[in-house]
Amino acid sequence: MNKSLRWRGITIVAVIALAVWAFYPPAEKVNLGLDLKGGVHLVMRVQTDAALRIETETTVERLRETLARASVQYAKLELTGPTEFVVEGIENDQGFRQAAAEVDTVFGRSPGAGRYTYTMRPLIANQLREEAVAQALQTIERRVNELGVVEPIVARHGAANQILVQLPGVTDVQRAKEIIRSTALLELKIVEQGPFPSQDAATQAVGNTLPPDLEIVPGSEDVAATGGGTPTTVYYIVRRVAQITGRDLRNARPSLDENNLPAVGFSLNQDGARRFGDLTEQNVNRQLAIILDNRVVSAPVIQSRITDEGQITGAFTQQEAQDLGLVLRSGALPAPMDFLEERTVGPSLGAESIRAGVTAAVGGLLLVVLFMLFYYKLAGLNALTSIIVNLMILLGMMAYLGATVTLPGFAGFILTIGMGVDSNVLIFERIKEELGTAKGVRAAVNAGFDRVWWTIVDTHVASLIGALLLLNFGTGPIRGFATTLIIGLASNVFTAVFVSRTMFEVVLSRRTQLQTLSI
Amino acid sequence: MQIFKAPNYNFIRWRWHALVLSLLVIVAGAAAMMSGGGLPLGIDFSGGTIVVVKFDQAVSEDQVRRAVSGIPVEVGVQQYGAPEDREWLIRLPQTQTVEQGTSLEQGSLQIVQSLQKAGLPSFEVISTEIVGPVIGADLQRRGIYATLASLVAITLYIAVRFRFSFALGAIAATFHDIFVTLAFLTFFGYELSLNVVAAILTITGYSVNDTIVVFDRVRENLRSMRRDALDQVVNTSVNQTLSRTVITAGTTFLAVLSLYLFGGEVLRGFAFTMLVGIISGTYSTVFIASAIAIVLSQRRRAATAAAAAPRPDTRPGRKARGAKAS
Repeated sequence: MNKSLRWRGITIVAVIALAVWAFYPPAEKVNLGLDLKGGVHLVMRVQTDAALRIETETTVERLRETLARASVQYAKLELTGPTEFVVEGIENDQGFRQAAAEVDTVFGRSPGAGRYTYTMRPLIANQLREEAVAQALQTIERRVNELGVVEPIVARHGAANQILVQLPGVTDVQRAKEIIRSTALLELKIVEQGPFPSQDAATQAVGNTLPPDLEIVPGSEDVAATGGGTPTTVYYIVRRVAQITGRDLRNARPSLDENNLPAVGFSLNQDGARRFGDLTEQNVNRQLAIILDNRVVSAPVIQSRITDEGQITGAFTQQEAQDLGLVLRSGALPAPMDFLEERTVGPSLGAESIRAGVTAAVGGLLLVVLFMLFYYKLAGLNALTSIIVNLMILLGMMAYLGATVTLPGFAGFILTIGMGVDSNVLIFERIKEELGTAKGVRAAVNAGFDRVWWTIVDTHVASLIGALLLLNFGTGPIRGFATTLIIGLASNVFTAVFVSRTMFEVVLSRRTQLQTLSI
Repeated sequence: MQIFKAPNYNFIRWRWHALVLSLLVIVAGAAAMMSGGGLPLGIDFSGGTIVVVKFDQAVSEDQVRRAVSGIPVEVGVQQYGAPEDREWLIRLPQTQTVEQGTSLEQGSLQIVQSLQKAGLPSFEVISTEIVGPVIGADLQRRGIYATLASLVAITLYIAVRFRFSFALGAIAATFHDIFVTLAFLTFFGYELSLNVVAAILTITGYSVNDTIVVFDRVRENLRSMRRDALDQVVNTSVNQTLSRTVITAGTTFLAVLSLYLFGGEVLRGFAFTMLVGIISGTYSTVFIASAIAIVLSQRRRAATAAAAAPRPDTRPGRKARGAKAS
């Protein structure tokens, strides 16, 4: 065996060894997609308009307070859209502008005097949208991690504002969804008036016009007050802006209330505790509304000054208390979410798909190999080697790159088997043709490989173009297919040309006077 | 062993027959599509809700239909996989135009609740697919974009590596394969899903692959057969590569056949599309791609032929024929 042949042999063995090392043991190193492992695939959209509205509302409330402090008189100050508010009937224009100066960094003010329309600056609005999505992403990530899902994916997806969540192996889909999408916006507010049995009653109590800084929030009747009956919905009048929110939380854990019923205990951070202390001290004997996602869960009466500890009670089950603790710990979502897409694959279907995929791949391999051996005789062995080395490199690369094997990915494997022999066929057919011209075996083999080389390059580039665009087009499973196809195409050039030629050369170098070739 | 011993078929002579046959298939497919209100879109593109459940004991289609009859939209009920699997697919159309909060989930909840209330044997939900209008529209756009982009990219590549008329031939053959495949999907009642589009994109690559092999041979032969007419060169090249074309189609077909038979319900549409595409791709390589390349190259070939062996009297004639044919 000559020197160059030995090096070729060593290269091939090294490549195979690397590939096997990369994917062995396959159960650990090869990633299975959701369609094979079972799990949930969710696409959600952050309602960024809601996040902007919150920002605008907060600005309006702050401005109201500032104007009150500066004693600037005005007739009307109200929201006209998620990113817009108007001020009307300003008496002291100079004084107003001075007091409202800080608003100008975020909002653009319409020209004029005495009446202004404020619109959020587009740059800031985009930035806020961006922040809302980023914050939602982080929050969901924390929640998913607390759920204990192995290898979850939480990522931005497609168009702006979309978030993709993949939870492999999750079986209680409904619970996972509740936890992910719960806004978990916790607010602690002093009850100004109420509870009232209906929304109308609440409105009447404030003389039919609700002051702009107050709002009506529904909630369940206190369980203790019903004396065992079904709690009805009641309405509370509270301030629009919360003094304490979920942002001030340090921790939240499931606990038990005085009646040994499941509850959620929370503790506040330093800053929150100070404000909470002030708030409770000033409002002893009044009700404190604990509001979760715009619904009052409970409204206990403040007995004395409380600083950093509190408890949320309600008609919780153990699981609910635990989940509420989880979502409070992970923080509130900056805005509600819209569900755009959900795909759930049960574990039994996943297992079934793996079985089907493997059967199909083995079946395809057998059919193709039998045909090649039947048609090309000994040279068919060559093709068989190419296919097997090809599949090993394919698996090795998939494992190395951390690519995901999906059910369509199996289709990619199978196509790699079927189409992969194309290069072998091209070469073999050419060799047969050249053998017919009686130039001798060696010349025929050389001509076969040399003449077909550029054809192989051209066909592979063309297929690669299709596969790359597929990668760009598809969702998870299709991407798995495209990845398999791309890696398969690349390794195919190596096996069909380099490996196969080396095998021919080995045979030729053994017997220098070869007259026939089994092909 | 050889399938074809020194084949010398006159494919070029049959090209018009082949073209008519293809057109017939495509027109029939288009007609079937029209009468059915377009190719049915799978849930990936149309949106909607699909729930697949597996019952403990066998139930009849009628029982399942009655169970979900209370849902006020058109409900599709279909056996999923083999009857002994006791799996049923229940599908709701897209009724919403905008997603708001969790509104999208209502359909799947309705299905599960209706089945629970109907007093059927107990069941397990084995998969759920809910696709909203935003995602559906997005996938539609991306599917069209990916298909067009791959056609343009491949055309450019062939135009650079070969010549423009060859690129047009290859693309015509690819379009032919896409249309023929769509026609057969319609005949056999498959719907256009994400997997089917992936298969069509793969077919695009496969079909061009085949065509390139022939064109490569044409390019090689153009150097050695300078005195022959282009259609002769192309015909010889198609014959020389015939074994390879048929064998590769054969092995790919065998592999995909295994996928079709054993790959399970999820990949059925994909495998079917591939099977049709492989046959169509092979056929179009032999009959369509070369024919179009010849027609489009005629004029240019005439010029080169005239330059190589100046025969001024034939030149205008050839030119006129080329112009008429194109």
